[in-house]
Amino acid sequence: MSDANLHIEVPYVTRVEGHGNIVIDMRQGRLVTSHLEVVEPPRYFEAMLKGFPYSDVALITSRICGICSVGHQVTSLKATEKALDITISEQTVLLRKLLVYGATMQSHVLHVFFLAAPDLLGVPSVVPLAATHPDVVKMALRMKKLANDICDRLGGRTIHPNRLVPGGFTKLPSRADLEWIRDMLVKQMVPDAKASLALLKKLAPKFPAFERETEYIGLASPTEYAFYDGKIASTDTGLVEVDDYLAMTNEFVVPHSTSKHCRHARSSYFVGALGRFNNNHALLNPLAKAAATELGLKPVVKNPFLNTAVQLVETFHVVEESLKLIDILLSKGIKEEKPAVPGKLREGRGAEATEVPRGILFHDYTYDNRGQVVKANCIIPTTQNTQCIDDDMTALVPWMMDRDMSKDQMTLTLEMLVRAYDPCISCSVHFLDVEFLE
Amino acid sequence: MSKPKVAFFDFTSCEGCQLSKLNLEDDLLAILDLVELVNFREAISDRRDDYEIAFVEGSISTPHCVERIHRIRRQAKILVALGACAHIAGVNAIRNRMNIDAVKEEVYGKDKYLFPSIKAQAVADVVKVDFFVPGCPMDNQEFKRVLTAILTGTQPHIPEYAVCVECKARENECLYDYGTVCMGPVTRAGCGAACPSNGHYCFGCRGVVPDLNANAARDVMEKYKLSMHQIRNRFAMFNANYVEVQEKQNE
Repeated sequence: MSDANLHIEVPYVTRVEGHGNIVIDMRQGRLVTSHLEVVEPPRYFEAMLKGFPYSDVALITSRICGICSVGHQVTSLKATEKALDITISEQTVLLRKLLVYGATMQSHVLHVFFLAAPDLLGVPSVVPLAATHPDVVKMALRMKKLANDICDRLGGRTIHPNRLVPGGFTKLPSRADLEWIRDMLVKQMVPDAKASLALLKKLAPKFPAFERETEYIGLASPTEYAFYDGKIASTDTGLVEVDDYLAMTNEFVVPHSTSKHCRHARSSYFVGALGRFNNNHALLNPLAKAAATELGLKPVVKNPFLNTAVQLVETFHVVEESLKLIDILLSKGIKEEKPAVPGKLREGRGAEATEVPRGILFHDYTYDNRGQVVKANCIIPTTQNTQCIDDDMTALVPWMMDRDMSKDQMTLTLEMLVRAYDPCISCSVHFLDVEFLE
Repeated sequence: MSKPKVAFFDFTSCEGCQLSKLNLEDDLLAILDLVELVNFREAISDRRDDYEIAFVEGSISTPHCVERIHRIRRQAKILVALGACAHIAGVNAIRNRMNIDAVKEEVYGKDKYLFPSIKAQAVADVVKVDFFVPGCPMDNQEFKRVLTAILTGTQPHIPEYAVCVECKARENECLYDYGTVCMGPVTRAGCGAACPSNGHYCFGCRGVVPDLNANAARDVMEKYKLSMHQIRNRFAMFNANYVEVQEKQNE
């Protein structure tokens, strides 16, 4: 193997969000290139935001990504509210959390069943599964639809919600909406998640048994498995405040990617379900904890392919957490309230973070004294994961060669690795300071 | 009879419209009975180039996009633009109002010459488009209606009146009464006044209504003592390219 030559190129990896190519080049046993090229056209969002009034900013940043639009809106609103000193009600926080959980359910189900599962079942997409496993496909569609319906009832619609504004909501869900969500979660989502767990347990041996330990980063809170807010936690270095996020992300440019790369304590770090799980495992709700045990997952999970399995564990967690929040909201009753408004506009800056399905997301805005954007910065989970994907590939190629895998098997395994990160490539090139060498 | 071969392609966009189709959970399997999906990168691994109907999402914003859209146009018998980015260039066009060289300089610094970028354009600005589904995100029901029309050889109905018509029919309170500048009077209907019905102003994602009654819109602004500057800000979000064309005509 020491003099092996290997060249693998996968243009436009399928079943991921956005455009990325896998390039592996080994010459005489030396790995010259092993990376994910991000070739999505850059979007220039930070430049575009300049001059827009604070009321419009979340609407525009929502368009960074259709799949993560709830996460972008919520993070954007939090950052704007921090910058302009807008205090939101407890009800608004609870409803936003519910929405974030609904969006997490939706995204996790989409990834586990539609994007990742076909590889475990040896088919090119979910389409042939409709013929061979109709009950599973129908169940997955049902789960996804319920998650979407939850977002519809809370945010107005699933993709680019239209009820969220700085200070609160332009329209509130009714008591009947919340009761409906609670009943459907209990009657439908919990049993379907349990059936999914049994299924995934059977398929789990198909995940490559590859491990590479790295630094895992996610939000952490002393009281809950953090999604909505918290401090930034690293498995290597502990906690820092969200305001200090730039010290964690350290963005840098690589020539092969229109998405920047990030690193902190090591050459790269991991964000996403594994980043959260490895920092917050102790705070999982009971069904989620049981699901983790069932799948043999305990921190620190070092196999990147298992990010998909942890997403199912998190699906249980967010369902259980949603039920808790709905009970609180129902016991207090939904209060009709108008969105809070800023006092006298003045210059200000606010940086905020949310755990979105693919990992920790940062938005940071500076406003002038008319409430218009002067400077904006958004750091996206996939941007933070791209270097980690490259480092995994560098370790995975020799690992696969040691196991005498065929080139086809290696190609599939590399694609599975990229998919395991559930990358959101449109997001990762949302702006950006890019260098593009051809 | 063989099923028509269908492909989906995405250009500069958030892929929300692609996701939107995967959100047609109740109808997805029925649609797959009617067409053969040969290329849909986000959802399936197959990729063939023998499609007859191409659905295109996203704006044209790099030289590579231009090449690719011409290739797709040559192959497809029918080309459909999906969503605001493809239909009117959407939020991507915001950057067109800025000096592209200055943007590149700011973003790329010394490397600005390395990155090829052109003005963000609607698909119809570059190649012929047979049908379009407006909106950000596109409306799933409208997508289904357009697909049905194409498959049955009829003409899809896309409304040519303003969002206000649908908003009134839903008996919403007018947001202008609350001092909010809403794009309803100038925006093409068909969304069922989705945003005003949720208490949110319309931001014009479906594009400007054909035969815009600018005088009536101006009357609304005057009635509520709002400045044209405020509505111009709203136009800047999704209709920056429309504004540019108008300004050129007025020169």
